[in-house]
Amino acid sequence: MSFLPFAVAAWLFVAGLYGVVTSRHLVHLAVCLTVMQSATYLALLSVGYVRHGSAPVYADISPVTTAVDPVVHALTMVDIVVEATVTALVLALAVQSMKRFGSVDPDRIRSLRG
Amino acid sequence: MSVHQLTPLPVVIPLLTAAAIVITSFAPRRVHDVMATGAGLASAVLCAVLLAHAGERPIVEWLAGWHPHQGVAVGIALTVDQLGAGAALLAAVVLTAALVYSWTYFDDEVDVMVCALMLVLGAGLIGICLVGDLFTMIVFFVLTTVAAIGLTAVENEHSGPLQGAINFAVVNSIAGFSLLFGAALVYGRTGALNLAQVGMALGQHHADALVGVGLALLVFGLLTKAGAAPFHFWLPDAQAVAPTPVSAVFAGAMAPVALFGVARLLATAFAPSLASHESALRTVLVGVGAFTALLTAIACAEQRHIKRMLAFATASQVGAMLCGIGLLGDDALAGAALTAAGFGLAIAAMFGASGVLIRRFSSTDEFELRGCGRDLPLTTTTFVIGALVVASVPPAATFYGTWLIAEGARDVGYDWLPVVLALSAALTAGTILRVAARVFAGWGADAPAEPAVASEDRSQEQSSQEEEGDGATSPRPPRVLAIVPLLLVVAAVVLGAIPGFADSVQSGAAHFRDVHSYTGAVLAGRAPHYAAPSMPSLGAAPWLYAGATVLGALAVAAAGLRGRRLWPMPLVDGLRAAHSGHVGDYVVWWTFGMAALGGLVLWAVAG
Repeated sequence: MSFLPFAVAAWLFVAGLYGVVTSRHLVHLAVCLTVMQSATYLALLSVGYVRHGSAPVYADISPVTTAVDPVVHALTMVDIVVEATVTALVLALAVQSMKRFGSVDPDRIRSLRG
Repeated sequence: MSVHQLTPLPVVIPLLTAAAIVITSFAPRRVHDVMATGAGLASAVLCAVLLAHAGERPIVEWLAGWHPHQGVAVGIALTVDQLGAGAALLAAVVLTAALVYSWTYFDDEVDVMVCALMLVLGAGLIGICLVGDLFTMIVFFVLTTVAAIGLTAVENEHSGPLQGAINFAVVNSIAGFSLLFGAALVYGRTGALNLAQVGMALGQHHADALVGVGLALLVFGLLTKAGAAPFHFWLPDAQAVAPTPVSAVFAGAMAPVALFGVARLLATAFAPSLASHESALRTVLVGVGAFTALLTAIACAEQRHIKRMLAFATASQVGAMLCGIGLLGDDALAGAALTAAGFGLAIAAMFGASGVLIRRFSSTDEFELRGCGRDLPLTTTTFVIGALVVASVPPAATFYGTWLIAEGARDVGYDWLPVVLALSAALTAGTILRVAARVFAGWGADAPAEPAVASEDRSQEQSSQEEEGDGATSPRPPRVLAIVPLLLVVAAVVLGAIPGFADSVQSGAAHFRDVHSYTGAVLAGRAPHYAAPSMPSLGAAPWLYAGATVLGALAVAAAGLRGRRLWPMPLVDGLRAAHSGHVGDYVVWWTFGMAALGGLVLWAVAG
């Protein structure tokens, strides 16, 4: 297991976080969220990676062949589905925000405070 | 049919019913109401059955029969013990009450979606309480997030709900990512996702930096959903603008269930490896809890928007419950569970009662509503009893909860903690009493002369109603809106009065924290050997404690009615400025909290 994928994952997480914090546009913000989410994909996949391992499909290979961990693939799949849902919701809120506030800038969406 | 086979049903029934409701969206709304309420009720009954059967030993159900192979978990387990079943029951009861409340609360066209999403939210919450698997827990966590975003944004034609939903969506998604990241690290280390298996694998080595980072990501991810400071900023926004029954579920079920997740992780997956670091970890968790309780109690006292005030009261009690969990003792955990039961029901009830005011007077502003509620006896009663439950008056369940948390704090030398918790409970209960006295009796001073700050606080809930005529009084809302909250708040009191209830929660908490019995029951199917719990006896201290809290609450209410402020203005201005409503600011606070508190956890675990 190499250190590099985890460094990249941490970098993606922090870069996405910076994007979310400084975002001036809700669509941009949704994309930054997906960048953060990709950090979790990468972390999961690198956890299960085995050097020279084959795909974990044992239909036509010997059952003792070294393969990468299929559990993390399943987790990543679930993760992707979830992310798609959240992105869809945030984008829907962005559309609605344009209709109501006439803006998709979080700086201008201010009706709650205190 | 054994009770094992019932285990998945409290989650499966609401989910399938939600799907059925969406498929039959052409049917009249009464059909949906009956389906949704029936599903909620069925879930609650099943949770009660599970609770009754989980006393002897945890119910462990391996889905699709994938039993552990030579002590290694290969399948996905549902693990139900008393505390888990109890938390699931609380969630199911609050959900069912909110669904009954929704019968008359919503317009026809939104009702279908609300019913379906509420069931999905409820299924997710119940699921978190019943799982024995890290990843399944995260899946349910995210399921609740997605459903809750939709529910917050139901009234998305107004700016307040839209902003609340955006803040909720972004902050809680990031919390979900942090959970996933933490789970990836833990899985990378242990190769296991089952909580018992993870605990065993982590326990074989000394806790190191990786365990610390994984723990911080998981615990603070869950605490974001619970609303612990400084992760709580989304909570008042979302709870203030969500439709009232939804706010009731957020406050009464979602916050306690998220805390339950924290307790479960600490008691299973991380318990063996952290056994030698307990005191440092305790300092961090109790520090966060006490800080949350006090800070949000002060913010609560500064609110004039009733639902926002109740939201801050929720966060304050979350802090108290987090102290109970963070003390890492059997008694204190039982205290947190009892507080969750009593306060969860009471806060859901008070949100419901505030819905009566919204429906009738199209306002949630304390000063606008002054004296308006004189002819609402049921709603008045709900608020007053609710305030007393928050002030931990006997025989409410919170009385025993507060006592046990104080007992647990004294055992480990945290003598200051009960004082802080009593102070924050007095502040929140006093604020609720102040609002009740002003709205239902017309007592107290008029609006302060500085409405410039406060007028911005009002949510859009009232503007959403203003189309029907500004300030116009609507006809008396249906009685069910007043009766359901009253029943809930009475239940919070009656629960504590049931003989032996507090004792059984105490033994449940002791079993919950017995990681060897848990691991044996899950992985080897062994019958647990529980040590007989030592029951502290109820001395004079808790009565004095409750008395002091009530007196403090009355003093706070009196000061509030006269418009007196009990702390310096810069603190208030600072609090208001921090709750800016800007999603970027909230994420900065989240990042700061994760970095600072994560660092402390790392120091506690690996230092």
